Amino acid sequence: MEISEQFFRREAGRMVSALTRLFGVHNLALAEDVVQDSLCRALEVWKFQGVPDNPSAWLMTTAKHRALDLLRRERTARVFAPDLGRLLETEWSLAPSVSELFTEHAIKDDLLRMMFTCCAPELAEDVQIALILNILCGFSVSETAGAFLCSQAAMEKRLQRGKASLARARALFDMSGGAVAVAERLSAVQRALYLLFNEGYHGAHPETAVRSELCAWALRLGALLLEHPASELPETYALCALLCLHAARLPGRLDAAGNLGPLDDRARAAWDRELIAQGLQLLDRSATGNRVSEYHLEAGIAAEHAAAARTADTDWARVVELYDLLLRLRPSPVIGLNRAIALSQRDGPERGLDALHGLEQRERLASYPFYFAALGDLEQRALRLERATNHFSEALALARNPAERRFFAQRLAEVGALAQEKGATCPPLPEPSLR
Amino acid sequence: MCPLRVASSVIVPKQSHASSKQETDYMAEFVMLFRGDQPQGSADQMQKRMQRWGEWMKELKAQGCFKGGQPLERGGQVVTRQKTITDGPFAEAKDLIGGFMLIEVRDLAAASEVAKGCPIFDSGGFVEVRPVMQMNM
Repeated sequence: MEISEQFFRREAGRMVSALTRLFGVHNLALAEDVVQDSLCRALEVWKFQGVPDNPSAWLMTTAKHRALDLLRRERTARVFAPDLGRLLETEWSLAPSVSELFTEHAIKDDLLRMMFTCCAPELAEDVQIALILNILCGFSVSETAGAFLCSQAAMEKRLQRGKASLARARALFDMSGGAVAVAERLSAVQRALYLLFNEGYHGAHPETAVRSELCAWALRLGALLLEHPASELPETYALCALLCLHAARLPGRLDAAGNLGPLDDRARAAWDRELIAQGLQLLDRSATGNRVSEYHLEAGIAAEHAAAARTADTDWARVVELYDLLLRLRPSPVIGLNRAIALSQRDGPERGLDALHGLEQRERLASYPFYFAALGDLEQRALRLERATNHFSEALALARNPAERRFFAQRLAEVGALAQEKGATCPPLPEPSLR
Repeated sequence: MCPLRVASSVIVPKQSHASSKQETDYMAEFVMLFRGDQPQGSADQMQKRMQRWGEWMKELKAQGCFKGGQPLERGGQVVTRQKTITDGPFAEAKDLIGGFMLIEVRDLAAASEVAKGCPIFDSGGFVEVRPVMQMNM
């Protein structure tokens, strides 16, 4: 029997969620020990005997037995999940209660509960995402640090802080609590998945494998949200649609070593048609209710790109319109930047440049290489190659990883070749500088 | 388990062929003891390690030299000469036997060559190769 990539990680997330439900969130470390133990056991036995027919059930049974041993041994010395207290105290109710908690259905709820717990409002967003990766996605501390390109020590601290805060709460998030509380927390969860995906999609990690893993995890956890009535809402469908539609572009994007978006027809050929179909279907299902979320708008934009056979066929007017709505909902210079690019497609490079120079909070893009790349691109289209060269050089200087560096260097070379061809030698013009 | 595993050509030596032919036909058993392996790491590292072992085992089976093997629990007991029973460990963690495997190959050199391919070296362990004592010698 072959197991899929990320299988141990996925199972680690499932086991730790079920075990934490059983032990109580204050015993998260104990649950993690049992998971580690169970995975070690699998490693030892499977390496000799091969992977069993139902590896997931094998692991769950192992974890369950370890948990039962532990509960029997320590139930007088330790407080486990307070709400299960009585059920775990007597021998006749212990085993059936534990078995109940390890059913497939219960584990799904546990995963969701854990996801909601990790997104507690007292935790900063970067802590929430780190906790999700570490606890639910089975990334070790150093792998989590690696995914975010931060030091192991810093990540260790961040996770410890987060886990201490979870332990203080003494209880996992109550999914059956008030509708308002659930809705509030749900939007934090959606945001965390969105950010997790973005870390993979736009992040600076040099390894494409790591980046697509992060995206895949966001998709997987998003799908989980759709399986529970409390979180299966139009906004969640929109989020999942957005993630699918963007993930579909990942092959083209990553192979093209990072690019300014869907402007390249070669990258378009590599898009994952199946994911696009899935994304469009999800977007359809998101179109209920009377609230338009930023996920709806972003997914709408992604769908416009996906629907066009070639870049030139894109309905740019519609894209600009959606960006306008999005800006109203979530004013941000990065969205403004994307709107300006769309505008340049609709009305030409000069209008795009005007929009870029007039961006609100433009100073926040001072170290964002794609801002300068966009300026360079538009100046190139306006055939002011000297300016384009300057902008691409700025972008190159700000590049955060080899893929970006390669991409900007390539654009720079293109402009250089173009300049040679034209024999154009205009004097360098003073530039509106951000620094 | 019968330790006597000698090809018929050796029991009834073929006269006409060169001695090298006899050598290739002669097979002996060896036990590999896997020592000092540290079963730890991230979930992903463990999965990858497990899969490397799987590939190695598959290779050994394809070559026909794998005769069986089992992992051992880390814990256990030691019975001393005074018949007192104590809980393990019996050795330093770096020497602890984590499992064993029986293989059938031509000679000790070949057995050690097989051991060289073991993924245990990636996780801090080593392999002890011991010939099974032959009854007919």
